[in-house]
Amino acid sequence: MSSPLQLSILSPENDVWSVTDLVRTARRVIETEFPDIWVRGEIVACKVWPSGHWYFGLRDAGSQVRCCMWKLNAQRAGKPPAEGTEVFVLGRPVIYETKGEFQFVASRVLPTAALGAAQRDLDRIKTALQQDGLFDPARKRPLPTYAAAVAVVTSLAGAAVRDIVTVTRKRWPCARLLVIDTRVQGDGAVDEICRALRLVNRLAVDLCIVGRGGGGKEDLGAFNSEKVCRALAAVRVPTISAVGHETDISLTDLVADVRAATPSAAAEAAWADSRDVARRLGDIGERMANGLAGRTRFASERLGRTGDRLFAALGSMLERRRSRIARLSAQLDALSPLRVLDRGYAVPLGEDGRVLKTRAAFGAGRPFRLRVSDGEVPARVERQ
Amino acid sequence: MSTIADDLTRLEEIVRRLEAEDLELDAALALFEEGVARLRAARERLTGAELQVQKVLEEAGGDLRVVDLDG
Repeated sequence: MSSPLQLSILSPENDVWSVTDLVRTARRVIETEFPDIWVRGEIVACKVWPSGHWYFGLRDAGSQVRCCMWKLNAQRAGKPPAEGTEVFVLGRPVIYETKGEFQFVASRVLPTAALGAAQRDLDRIKTALQQDGLFDPARKRPLPTYAAAVAVVTSLAGAAVRDIVTVTRKRWPCARLLVIDTRVQGDGAVDEICRALRLVNRLAVDLCIVGRGGGGKEDLGAFNSEKVCRALAAVRVPTISAVGHETDISLTDLVADVRAATPSAAAEAAWADSRDVARRLGDIGERMANGLAGRTRFASERLGRTGDRLFAALGSMLERRRSRIARLSAQLDALSPLRVLDRGYAVPLGEDGRVLKTRAAFGAGRPFRLRVSDGEVPARVERQ
Repeated sequence: MSTIADDLTRLEEIVRRLEAEDLELDAALALFEEGVARLRAARERLTGAELQVQKVLEEAGGDLRVVDLDG
């Protein structure tokens, strides 16, 4: 679409903007250019409509802007501020298309005096907690290296749980997340968070994340509450405070063992990376195999040495035996009667095979045998 | 029930002892066997289990009840 400035050199009939185009374009520019902002001003004529919405003006010395606050936020804000009250208003500028009106849509209205009081309150709590040592760095516990179960204290309606689940699934898929659902802002949030934190002490978990998601406009009240801070300090496992606020640090951030900028960052800090652990397991397996190979090499070398010694021992034993046998057989040889016969002796044997050793053993005319070195010779006694 | 942390601690110990010089073969084999079993268990634990997302509720009597949430 061409810019309206170009109309001056063109005929209006060729290139003309409709009112709708104009307002819609202005709206798009305004509504995309402005983030949520705080505006300071004085209340003019705040009216509560039967629908529950608030309509009011906001002015300062130089200008004025029409504001509205929708029912839901108006209900949370309580009583409409009186005429002339100086306030901070959080909201964003819009253009109301059907009327082409510029408006500021407020989500929160905070009397500047109340903010001063809130700041004083925060300072008082901070001092008290500091005096009791709750911010002491020596109190900070390290997070477990390998958490298996983690408690999460937050609102199930918020984005925090979803972010934590997503990161956990990626980093440590065998994890267990135990969520304790609490309100994180508004009435009852403080008591609910305190109760949830006490409940954490009854769970078998390795650490606790407390927090909420959100951006710059979120209400941190509960996370700056003294009661919540003291309940957090009493949690027996290490704690991570994860209040997803863009700029501010909440008091729970100071009390917790670890502060995470967002719930996702808290989950990153809570879990080891399973891919690192898988790599480490692989490394351990390799080192174990190498270690065992080293042991077996050592053992087989030793076994080799032992075997050599065994053979040597056996050999010398056999050697000793062999010489002994040779000696013994030489002795046996020497004793053998056959060797005597070799030398020319003969042995007379009776008919019954007995050696005839005396004269009386030989009967007259009786036959006998003479045993000589190479056999026997028949013989007879001629005379006695 | 042992945890991954227990497994890793014990596995590191096993590796240290296997890498040390003064170990009998029998002891080394026993350690290696234990190491392999632990390694397998740790791997299964790491990859086998599903992410559990649960909600903790406190009953009126003070008892705790845990219900599964859709992760």
